Amino acid sequence: MSTLTNSAAPARLWKFHGGLHLPDHKALSCEQAIAPAALPKRLVLPLQQHIGAPAKPIVEVGERVLKGQIIGQPDGFVSAALHAPTSGTVVAIEERPVPHPSGLSAPCIVIDSDGEDRWVERQPHSHWAGLDPSELRNIIREAGIVGLGGAGFPSFIKLNPGARTEVDTLILNAAECEPYITCDDRLMRERADEVIAGARIMRHALHARRVVIGIEDNKPQAHAALGAALARIDRSDIELVQVPTRYPTGGEKQLIKVLTGKEVPSQGLPIDISVVCHNVATAAAVHRAVELGEPLITRIVTVTGRGVAQPRNLEVLIGTPVDDLLQQCGGTTPTLSRLVLGGPLMGITLQHHGLPVTKTGNCILALTPGEFGQHGPVRNCIRCGECARVCPANLLPQQLYWHARAKDFDKVQDYNLFDCIECGCCAYVCPTNLPLVQYYRYAKTTIWSQARDKKKAELARERHDFRLERQEREKAERAAKLAKKKAALEESPATDSEEAKKAAIKAAMERAKAKHEAAGVEPKNTDNLTPEQQRQIDEVEARRAAAEKEE
Amino acid sequence: MTNPVISSPHIHGPANVSNVMLRVAYALLPAIAGSLWLFGWGVLVNLLVAITAALASEAAVLALRRRPVLITLRDGSALLTAMLLAIALPPLAPWWLVAVGSAFAIVFAKQLYGGLGFNPFNPAMAGYVLLLVSFPQEMTSWAAPAGLRSADLGLVQTLLYSLSGTLPTDIPPDALTSATVLDTMKVQLGMAHTVNEIRNSPIFGHLGGQGWEVINGLVLLGGLWLLWRRVITWHVPVAVLGSLALIATLFHLIAPEHYAGPLFHLASGGAMLGAFFIATDPVSGATSPRGQLVFGIGMGLLIFVIRTWGGFPDGVAFAVLLMNMAAPTIDYYTQPRVYGHNRG
Repeated sequence: MSTLTNSAAPARLWKFHGGLHLPDHKALSCEQAIAPAALPKRLVLPLQQHIGAPAKPIVEVGERVLKGQIIGQPDGFVSAALHAPTSGTVVAIEERPVPHPSGLSAPCIVIDSDGEDRWVERQPHSHWAGLDPSELRNIIREAGIVGLGGAGFPSFIKLNPGARTEVDTLILNAAECEPYITCDDRLMRERADEVIAGARIMRHALHARRVVIGIEDNKPQAHAALGAALARIDRSDIELVQVPTRYPTGGEKQLIKVLTGKEVPSQGLPIDISVVCHNVATAAAVHRAVELGEPLITRIVTVTGRGVAQPRNLEVLIGTPVDDLLQQCGGTTPTLSRLVLGGPLMGITLQHHGLPVTKTGNCILALTPGEFGQHGPVRNCIRCGECARVCPANLLPQQLYWHARAKDFDKVQDYNLFDCIECGCCAYVCPTNLPLVQYYRYAKTTIWSQARDKKKAELARERHDFRLERQEREKAERAAKLAKKKAALEESPATDSEEAKKAAIKAAMERAKAKHEAAGVEPKNTDNLTPEQQRQIDEVEARRAAAEKEE
Repeated sequence: MTNPVISSPHIHGPANVSNVMLRVAYALLPAIAGSLWLFGWGVLVNLLVAITAALASEAAVLALRRRPVLITLRDGSALLTAMLLAIALPPLAPWWLVAVGSAFAIVFAKQLYGGLGFNPFNPAMAGYVLLLVSFPQEMTSWAAPAGLRSADLGLVQTLLYSLSGTLPTDIPPDALTSATVLDTMKVQLGMAHTVNEIRNSPIFGHLGGQGWEVINGLVLLGGLWLLWRRVITWHVPVAVLGSLALIATLFHLIAPEHYAGPLFHLASGGAMLGAFFIATDPVSGATSPRGQLVFGIGMGLLIFVIRTWGGFPDGVAFAVLLMNMAAPTIDYYTQPRVYGHNRG
């Protein structure tokens, strides 16, 4: 075993600022081998289980689907496909409550399983080494693989560094730094070969110079298992490095710093410093997608905490209700007081137990009051600076808090709010129990929505300006037309035209006169009278004469 | 079951304000015990009066401000302020002096700014300075340490003296009090005596003043315990004591007859208390480690300047308040480099 622990060159390690040594509570579940969860009757599959645009449903209600069949097509570049986790019937495509910090609903595809669990025809690519990186990326994209560590970024994008960028280091994140969570630990212990196979595929896709697996030193068995797996293949290919257990080492930026000494630029990506970082579970999923042709339809979930009777690690079909999993762990205890999806530092509260497990859901944490730790009354900040000492981004959380509270959003940005990774270290150590991270989230969302409103207002203003401009332009065009006409008239000399007019009038008068003369002076309507008409005229004349005589 | 939406993190560490304040209070206990032994029962009377006045005035203001009284009193900050002020005051001070200082510290220096967390100045030192400038006579008649006083007072007699100002007929006031070492040093230097001549006076001990060096040693002990328990970090104490020692050494080397050496400065007066217990007050101090170094260095230099050339024998309280004023500016200019941002 000694050769395994000494694998590769002993890498130099760096330190990131701050961080915490937390009680890890991993013993609750770390000895529980991965067990397949029971096939649920109904699966709810949110169309968005990743960062980016939601998938577009390509099935209809009533349609029968097979296990692994694509049911949601990626929509746009940053998007991921969605597959049926088992065979059955699509019973609804509608808004359902989903696990999200906001507690809101989102479009989902609901499938009732037929219990047969029948696979669609799979296309394994065991000879992946001969495939072009772009073909590999396509396979991974089609398989719906997203980062399984929690953020859910579509993996194929991170495997596409762009034509001009060289990838120096591919890092496999095996830190699993949040307390309680052991799903990656179990995966590495039980399926180390899959992880290594995935790492090699990723390396091939990236042409990475180095591959480093960073694992916290509180997982010696996982470390040994990976070492053994590496020993079975060409070991020099991949470095296995133990890093000190310190939360949040599993944060991408922190792990990169620890392993390479380099810092991802603010607002930048790891690829900006020639590094790509993937979770170990993502690597295993890549292996399955490429070598077995299996899309991402399951994940390993740690169900743990003192609020659940038997903590376990379950391999769960995506879309399985949390309720089902809790039942398979012996149910919840009466003291359960908060259900969290994810770890205790960064997880989100699950509002009810019927919500489905998604691709990013690594842990279901049933917490009891005794596990929350010290929670006295919230007091005023005493400026102790403890938050700044533990902040892994080296921010000044206390200043951020003051300015967020005062709604001074320019100032919060001056203090680099958007470099906050929301790891929760500051709130954990705060002696006055201030919900610091909540203030940062509030400030971030307000700034985002203000930016959106501003953009909207700008668009409206632009439209308005455009309309005004158009009106001005039309006015100008009309004026120009008029001016042109006028100019055209003015071009023929004024005197000529007057004389011509006079001549024309004269000519017309002369013509009329001539006509008059030619026709004779007598009115023509007394000619050719009928005898009857003549008689009437004579009568009128007679009456008139008589009347004149009487006068 | 429906859960309310609660933002992460879902767990909290063991720290809370009361713990912090109480630990600082515990760390003062050795020095208090030493003072009791050396300066007599007056130390205890001061503590009782100061704590009573502080808690009562804090409760009164909280009630007026319609803030929760009991929860706030339990944060321990008023208690700590009272303790720090009490051990900085002359052990045989009249009760009203202690009460006025303590009430002023809580009402004016703390609650009128909004309470704990909002006070720009260290309340205990604000109270101390108020008393120093208002009642200089009472503030400079210190109890003589054991061995230097010709009479002793029992607890009851001390209490009576504090309340009524009357002593048993057989004890004259100067049997109990004497000038402090810093005072003596200042006055005698002004009378053109050399440092060595002054040090031959009986009130001097090995390093600083008789008795004072022991108290300062016990304060140091409490301070080291705070460091070990990580209640405070090394930055402030090291910066205060280091800069004070450095500048004292410098002047002592230039003119040893006119400037006392670094050890005298560290072991006399309130330097230790200031470095470990006063300047480390988070509310009124600088926050970042670099800022705390600047804060501490400024304070150490000011202590030396005020002791050497100022109008008062000791300068700790003034130095703290002056640096309190500078703290926001120090914080502004000592921001750390954020992860992923360029150096410089």
